[in-house]
Amino acid sequence: MTGIMTEKTALSVRDMIVTFDEYVALDHVSVDVATGESFGIVGESGSGKSTLLRAVAGLNRFDSGALAVDGRSYSSGRRDKEFYRTVQMVFQDPYGSLHPRQTVDRLLLEPLVIHGFDDIDVRIARALDEVGLGAGFRFRYSHQLSGGQRQRIAIARALILEPKILLLDEPTSALDASIQAEILNLLEQARKDRNLTFVMVSHDLGVISHMCERVAVMKSGKIVETVPVEALEKREFSADYTRQLLVASEGFRRG
Amino acid sequence: MTAPLLTVDDLRVTFPTRTGEIQAVRGVSFTLGKERLGIVGESGSGKSQTGRAIMGLTPGHARITASKLEFDGIDLLKVTPKQRRDLRGKRIGMILQDPKYSLNPVMTIGKQIIETLLAHEKISRSEARDRALKMLEQVQIRDPERVFGLYPNEVSGGMGQRVMIAMMLICGPELLIADEPTSALDVTVQLDVLSILDKLVAERGMGLVFISHDLRLVSSFCDRVIVMYAGRIVEELPSADLAQAKHPYTQGLLNCLPTIGTDRHPLPVLERKVEWSA
Repeated sequence: MTGIMTEKTALSVRDMIVTFDEYVALDHVSVDVATGESFGIVGESGSGKSTLLRAVAGLNRFDSGALAVDGRSYSSGRRDKEFYRTVQMVFQDPYGSLHPRQTVDRLLLEPLVIHGFDDIDVRIARALDEVGLGAGFRFRYSHQLSGGQRQRIAIARALILEPKILLLDEPTSALDASIQAEILNLLEQARKDRNLTFVMVSHDLGVISHMCERVAVMKSGKIVETVPVEALEKREFSADYTRQLLVASEGFRRG
Repeated sequence: MTAPLLTVDDLRVTFPTRTGEIQAVRGVSFTLGKERLGIVGESGSGKSQTGRAIMGLTPGHARITASKLEFDGIDLLKVTPKQRRDLRGKRIGMILQDPKYSLNPVMTIGKQIIETLLAHEKISRSEARDRALKMLEQVQIRDPERVFGLYPNEVSGGMGQRVMIAMMLICGPELLIADEPTSALDVTVQLDVLSILDKLVAERGMGLVFISHDLRLVSSFCDRVIVMYAGRIVEELPSADLAQAKHPYTQGLLNCLPTIGTDRHPLPVLERKVEWSA
């Protein structure tokens, strides 16, 4: 933790609390992510990992706590355009996150128009190229695409605004293993090319250890511990829950 | 060796579409005894349609052909709907992927389990209730009496899937088809459900067809693995020999998984060859 604080911080969450009626979804969560870092969050369903990401993205309100992104602090309420240009999100289910009645062209056009970009035509063509889909996909509807292709479009839509931080909520858990590898490679390449900061949520420790440098383990709305991914391999962690997750990720064992 | 429990020979499932016919399953053959067989493949490889054809759940407009599709000497292609109903639930059970969708939302859990029993056995309601409670206990539900009266939305995913297993095993089937039984569950819960399934299958000496896209999981759970690609079997091998898989598709599936402690950037990607699906 100490080394990170001295570097430039891209995202800082302090004592964040999110409640839904009586239910406490996030309980005093603090996270610091350095610029250019790839930060992973693991935990089971209901542990609050998606809620944390959504609260950062402004899709959930948070009741108390502080949020700073790229040096600017934000409240729980409405955010300005600048925020959404800096922070973009890729969702879990590529079937649900693309508008079913818009063509790929329209999907990619909308963010550009909202943020007043120029060279729209060139940008859309380049964005499709970058995610490995040719111009042939530009005027298709999302139902004409496979799951992997849809997730590529979702990534293109996030990258087209040239954000600094990408929030990834289980970006590959709805995909086949072979497609997952392609998407992970694509994300890594994009991060390298653009010096992006990643915050990635997954329940798969294998994926997290491949993609991230540090990982936070969440349970019941709290961060149990934060460790560098090398510690997973060397088993240098203290929480019992981390061990459970690790055992589960190694597959079924008889007896 | 005795006659196998299930014989599938040259099974084909064809769907007519506006743009011509699509063969989802193209000539799949295997036999199954009292063992655990895994079927692995990507979405669209025909693995689920293979399972559904055995169970008799293929949609009405699709066409099934096979030179042989036999369960314990019964020709599954020629059975009447009545005979089918007698088999389903009683002698062949099927566990589906997501308990949120596969359990009846407006019927209590206990009632759903009893329904299976009463459909196949002539027993009194109180006896059915006792057996349902005992079955719930066997899938390690701590408070069967309470869960018996709950609706599916009142239990967690892991518990829902255990209820599903209980419902499928209560009539003591000889063959169980499990189609992605743990894919919708949390990793930590997956292992619990699998070990319950494993124990019950071993105790009762059933045949199990385990359908999944997760090659690692299947190989750690099953005795034998069939790998499917584009409606065909590309490789069949004992789970223990998975590391020696010969087909490039199987090798590719194994290699593309990120694991803890390996440093491979970028991950190897499957390169599909046209001749695999020929």
